Amino acid sequence: MRSTYAIHGGIHPNEAKALATPGKVLDAGIPDELVLPLSQHIGRQPEVVVSVGESVKGGQVLALAEGPMSVSLHAPTSGVITAIEDRSVPHPSGMTNRCIELQCDGEDDWLAFTGITDWRAADRTELIEAISNAGIAGMGGAGFPTAVKLNGPPGQSIDTLIINGTECEPYISSDDTLMQVDAPAIVEGADILAHIIGAREILFAVEDNKPAALTAMRDAVAGSESGCQRDVMTFPTKYPSGGEKQLIEILTGKQVPSGGLPAHLGIVCQNPGTAVAVRAAILEGKPLTERIVTLTGEALGRPGNYRVRLGTPIHHLLAMTEFDPSDNRRLIHGGPMMGFALENSDVPVIKTTNCILVPTEQELPTPPPAQACIRCGLCAEACPASLLPQQLYWYARAKDQEQLEKHHLFDCIECGACSWVCPSHIPLVQYYRSAKGSIIDARAEKVRSDRSRDRFEARQERVERELAAREAQRAARRAAAQKKADTGAEDDPIAAAIARAKAKKQAAEETPSAASDGDS
Amino acid sequence: MSLVDTQPVLAALMALLGLGITFGAILGFASIRFRTEGNPLADQINQILPQTQCGQCGYPGCKPYAAAIAEGDVINKCPPGGQETIDALADLLDVESMTLDAEHGEEKAPKVAFIREAECIGCTKCIQACPVDAILGAAKVMHTVIADECTGCDLCLDPCPVDCIDMVERKTGIQHWRWDLPSDNIIASDRAAA
Repeated sequence: MRSTYAIHGGIHPNEAKALATPGKVLDAGIPDELVLPLSQHIGRQPEVVVSVGESVKGGQVLALAEGPMSVSLHAPTSGVITAIEDRSVPHPSGMTNRCIELQCDGEDDWLAFTGITDWRAADRTELIEAISNAGIAGMGGAGFPTAVKLNGPPGQSIDTLIINGTECEPYISSDDTLMQVDAPAIVEGADILAHIIGAREILFAVEDNKPAALTAMRDAVAGSESGCQRDVMTFPTKYPSGGEKQLIEILTGKQVPSGGLPAHLGIVCQNPGTAVAVRAAILEGKPLTERIVTLTGEALGRPGNYRVRLGTPIHHLLAMTEFDPSDNRRLIHGGPMMGFALENSDVPVIKTTNCILVPTEQELPTPPPAQACIRCGLCAEACPASLLPQQLYWYARAKDQEQLEKHHLFDCIECGACSWVCPSHIPLVQYYRSAKGSIIDARAEKVRSDRSRDRFEARQERVERELAAREAQRAARRAAAQKKADTGAEDDPIAAAIARAKAKKQAAEETPSAASDGDS
Repeated sequence: MSLVDTQPVLAALMALLGLGITFGAILGFASIRFRTEGNPLADQINQILPQTQCGQCGYPGCKPYAAAIAEGDVINKCPPGGQETIDALADLLDVESMTLDAEHGEEKAPKVAFIREAECIGCTKCIQACPVDAILGAAKVMHTVIADECTGCDLCLDPCPVDCIDMVERKTGIQHWRWDLPSDNIIASDRAAA
């Protein structure tokens, strides 16, 4: 067994994972209608290819990927498209975005799919295309298009695939559950992924608070054949060990450089849910239309891990799990550390929804008002990225973008460990998110203004050139006219002809007289 | 040696004179050899200005205003840049920051021009007015704005004889949303009262 390494910082919040009884999957059923946002991933919106009133079958393409940084969307069941309009989506802004509404007919009639059974012999571009067509985006939370990640940065060879089953955030147990019930599919999906990226080694990472998942994964690895070196690794529970860069350090002892990608170390990380979706896409040709969601919190009568069709409105799930609104103030998409509050329960489950947390006020009290920073330094001890959260806080308040970048703001993974330990309850992560947003905007504005300057100067130059050319033409014409006026007589063809005739006549007159002179 | 011994004052003066001439020559050479083209301060200021080229400052573009600031004009005449630009200029020039001079306009959200194409008569007047060549079209043919290049300077609005140009917000939609900085009520009682 390989040894693991420790990372800086981290915290040990109350896990509260048992509430949702990990290891058991319940079915959330098919609601009356599904709301499918076009953007369920990072990148461009796909292009809608269905129209209102159209009947669709399960697995049919509703929106097609536009370019590489885009992901297709498929119907999670059969029914009729009833609207294509802006609806509330799960997003911290609470804003609306383009969605497709699907009225389910309850028949759950699916298209027939064909997969690639002999994937070991298949070309990697063919496999990546199949994954792209299946609409798969990273299911761990960020929603990065999987096909793009598998293509990787050019000229970078990958030798290690990490399946990140750490799931370190409290309350969430969807990956834990998946590993317990579907370990062979995860392992097979990982083999496919390793084949695509050319990795020779697969590491399955499981925190030591999930013994059942660990056993299931070990059994699955032992019970299957693979061309890769495979290891199921476990390490002490700590938040946020599941952060991509943190996990790489725990497993390999290597640190991803600031601003770099895991691919620069020859490593790619994938979520177990993504591995299962990739397996289904390749072997069965089945698109991503459902996922396991942890519905938890003490305000729910029947918390648990549910298999949910994408697009299922949260209110359907709340009704199903016997939601008690009496002592609940917040509805959280994601976990208590990195999740965000939803403004209403009409928003749907999307590809990145791993948890819906519905706590009672007593369980997760509304944070008290922030007090002044007392410079205790606890945040710096807790930061898993070894940053200086306190300095970042001051600079974010002062909007000092130069210093924020110097203090590596963009290495912050927004895990919330600093806010969690802060005795003054300062919402530190919100400061960093806001500061990151302003810096990204400022960079974009800089690019824009540089281009405007170039265009302005180019135009200025062109206008001057045109003016100069016109001036030169006018000068040339003026010069020609002047010349004509000065030497007009010589140039005049009629005058010249008269002069020539005169000269001839004169010569003719002179010659005969001379002859006559001679004769006489 | 003998001069140093016999006339130390004279020797010191001569040594100083010699050094002065040598270094003067070096400095004189350097000032010719390494002369900077243009006005570097005006260029730095121009880097900070938003390049809207709108002329609200009273100069015919950002570069002339940058040159004017370098010559000593005030730094608060740029509404598109807003307070951020004024602060950045104050920082660069090491002067006290000021608020925007309302005489030149107020800070607004960034906009782009949008031509209602059905109403456009194809007069090309807006094309000639655009400082960054962001309008496409030809005589008696409908015009359109390249939204990515438009600086939102408003200069095309006045020349349009049929008023078919609108200014629309540039950053709308969910992808332009950013987290707000948390509100500044540090003392608990402030928030409780609010």
